[in-house]
Amino acid sequence: MFDYAIFVAYALLSLALVLSFVRLVLGPSLPDRVVALELLASLTVGFIGVAVVATGRSAFLDVAMVLALTAFLAAIAFARYLEKGGHRIDD
Amino acid sequence: MIELLTAVFLVGGAGFMLIAALGLLRMPDLLTRMHATTKAGVLGAGLIMVGAAIFIGQLTVVVKAVAVIAFLILTAPVAAHAIGRAGYFMGVPLWSQTHTDELEGRYDPETHILASSSEKPSGNDDQPPRKTSDSDSSRPG
Repeated sequence: MFDYAIFVAYALLSLALVLSFVRLVLGPSLPDRVVALELLASLTVGFIGVAVVATGRSAFLDVAMVLALTAFLAAIAFARYLEKGGHRIDD
Repeated sequence: MIELLTAVFLVGGAGFMLIAALGLLRMPDLLTRMHATTKAGVLGAGLIMVGAAIFIGQLTVVVKAVAVIAFLILTAPVAAHAIGRAGYFMGVPLWSQTHTDELEGRYDPETHILASSSEKPSGNDDQPPRKTSDSDSSRPG
């Protein structure tokens, strides 16, 4: 029963990963891809949470914390790049 | 009992993340996609972390899980705001049925000057250049 719940959680997260990867490929604009990447990062945090329950190794939670931090920094850096350095759509 | 509660939190959180990905794929423009992923994604990851904290049950794990949740809740709106702002100023097209765009025609994306409803964005010599306010408002963090 419990193993089945973990399997279902993995399956739902994998499906979500595929869907957001489709959006990452389709675009159409660079900010759309950044949003997709951000969702991929928080999906990975969710995967790590399920893995903590499945394996019982609580040290994985440190990885989740660091991953959330770096995903935030990546999003901020991308936004700054788009606003200051990126090429514009209208020229 | 613990296992049942953990299973509910894990499957619920994974379901919310699936809804977030579905919204990311199906929503019509950048801002609505961000609206789907930011809220549902953070809620899903938070529920999964609550499930892990309940299952392990040690104090250190609970503190770590609470730290992850607090960090997600603190940073997700900031990141979404920054990306949405950058996307709007880049000229990413809005949805064809967007009802109201308050900034339309009032904001100069080159000079970052916001005009009020009565004055034009350019040709006002009385105002000092606003480049400093631009670098202030877009400072990360």
